[in-house]
Amino acid sequence: MLRYAFIRLLSAIPALLILITLTFFMMRAAPGGPFDRERDVSPEVRAKLEQAYHLDESLWKQYGRYLTALSQGDLGPSFKYGDRSVNELIAVGFPVSLKIGGLAMLLALLLGGALGIVAALKQNGVIDYGVMTLAMVGISIPNYVFAPLAILLFAVTLGWLPAGGWNDGALSNLVLPVLALAAPQVAYIARLMRGSMIEVLHAPYIRTARAKGLSERVVILRHALRPALLPVLSYLGPASAGIITGSVVIEQIFGIPGIGRYFVTAALNRDYTVVMGVVIFYGVLVILFNFLVDLLYGVLDPRARPQ
Amino acid sequence: MSRLPQPEQGRSLWQDAWRRLRRNRAALVAMIVLGALVALVIVGPWFAPWSYDYIDFDGDWGAAPSLSGSHWFGTDSLGRDLFARTLQGGRISLLVGFVATLVSLLIGVTWGAVAGYYGGRIDNVMMRIVDILYAMPFMFFVILLMVLFGHHLVLIFVAIGAVNWLDMARIVRGQTLSLRQKEFVAAAVTSGLGSGAIIRHHIVPNLLGVVVVYATLTIPQVILVESFLSFLGLGVQEPATSWGMLVNDGAREMEATPWALIFPAAFLATTLFCFNFIGDGLRDALDPKDR
Repeated sequence: MLRYAFIRLLSAIPALLILITLTFFMMRAAPGGPFDRERDVSPEVRAKLEQAYHLDESLWKQYGRYLTALSQGDLGPSFKYGDRSVNELIAVGFPVSLKIGGLAMLLALLLGGALGIVAALKQNGVIDYGVMTLAMVGISIPNYVFAPLAILLFAVTLGWLPAGGWNDGALSNLVLPVLALAAPQVAYIARLMRGSMIEVLHAPYIRTARAKGLSERVVILRHALRPALLPVLSYLGPASAGIITGSVVIEQIFGIPGIGRYFVTAALNRDYTVVMGVVIFYGVLVILFNFLVDLLYGVLDPRARPQ
Repeated sequence: MSRLPQPEQGRSLWQDAWRRLRRNRAALVAMIVLGALVALVIVGPWFAPWSYDYIDFDGDWGAAPSLSGSHWFGTDSLGRDLFARTLQGGRISLLVGFVATLVSLLIGVTWGAVAGYYGGRIDNVMMRIVDILYAMPFMFFVILLMVLFGHHLVLIFVAIGAVNWLDMARIVRGQTLSLRQKEFVAAAVTSGLGSGAIIRHHIVPNLLGVVVVYATLTIPQVILVESFLSFLGLGVQEPATSWGMLVNDGAREMEATPWALIFPAAFLATTLFCFNFIGDGLRDALDPKDR
């Protein structure tokens, strides 16, 4: 198991390197630079600026310099946010993004899982159709459509919740963004959970468990739940990626000071280091998350354990 | 004289699937609604009283929808007819949906079929690459591409298509692995057909069922990605529009002109809804497990 974990972790290195290299050269291949403004900067100032940020060196030298700094955990200075480093920007923004994303993930798992199980147990009943229709709505309405509609209803018309802002993460400010971020994932997980639960419930060993006279509760929770969770578990990797990309728009719509909000503005401003920083940070996060899911998979399913 | 026994009329996979699909009411309704919607989006702009980029200086800016007037869906804050804009946006969204799905199909089917057919080391390397790419936050790449190289329609097709082929490749490879063991492939090999020809003429046609199901489910995903990009202001350029862009514009003015948000959002959601239902129905209809 430990050896498997080690090998899996090693195989994440090429993925990371590809990610870093692609982003680096893609950014640099694009027209424009971080010091293009409406007002022209005098050539001397420009040269000084470029020298200060090593932009006058050859691309490969810059790439090497970036990798060296990165290996020490330094993401470099931001070009646009004056004196602040990318590390600082991420350190300030990430707790906010994590709070929303983590809550959304938790909500998606609990609510989606519960809905899926209930639907599976009442297969082809009214509840099943109700849940599945709701799930289809959740999948079909993107969160950037859901978010403004929710604001229109709950904030503008009814006035129950604030339309945006962070307010140090007060509960009323969290409700709408977390809901908007979680909605599609709740729907996906409910569908997955229902499907796998139905399949597991048809397995012979469930019939055996029932024949032994075990109560339905024990059959579901002790015997059926664990194998039925496997497909949901393998969806957690894509789900985390979905929540991260979703946060880019959700943070923008609700005016939340997380990392996602920086990304698009930074790319538009050619703020090379901020873009690189965000992509690498989230890339590491997604890769790490996939790795954990793989390990957990081995824990839950003995058949998936490497021999 | 006894009559010769009539040969048993066989039913093809597709006839079977169609029979099952027709019994699925949700999928059937979805197909009708989607058909009507696509027809409206394609034909509608020729009959709409206004052009999508015409600013109606005589009417109110941000006029409310009215069936008695000529602005059925109202106008946006610039005084442009929302009915015409919603249909025009639909053209772009659907076009991107179909073309980008086609791009992802081409890449995914080729990749998966080649990996599955050759197997061994080639398969190993190709699927490792898919695994590595799978772990990446791809949306960021698409955003970067759009931001850095401008919002060209062709670039949107390619960028979205190039990102969405991974699932397709995996599914196709799995199917190809089992197809490769079949007798008709062995027969083709013994009759001296080359690998490329076998993949093209024997493997790919037998993958069509899976491909069709998966393509139907990819289209709504692609439309979602496009509208996501448009929402961030990275999609097509004004005055052309797409549903995602209309939703974005509508969301900004939703307190003054909520209809500018609601109509495009409803069209977008209905389309995605229909595609998902049809995809689900097709999967049930073509899945041999349920027979």
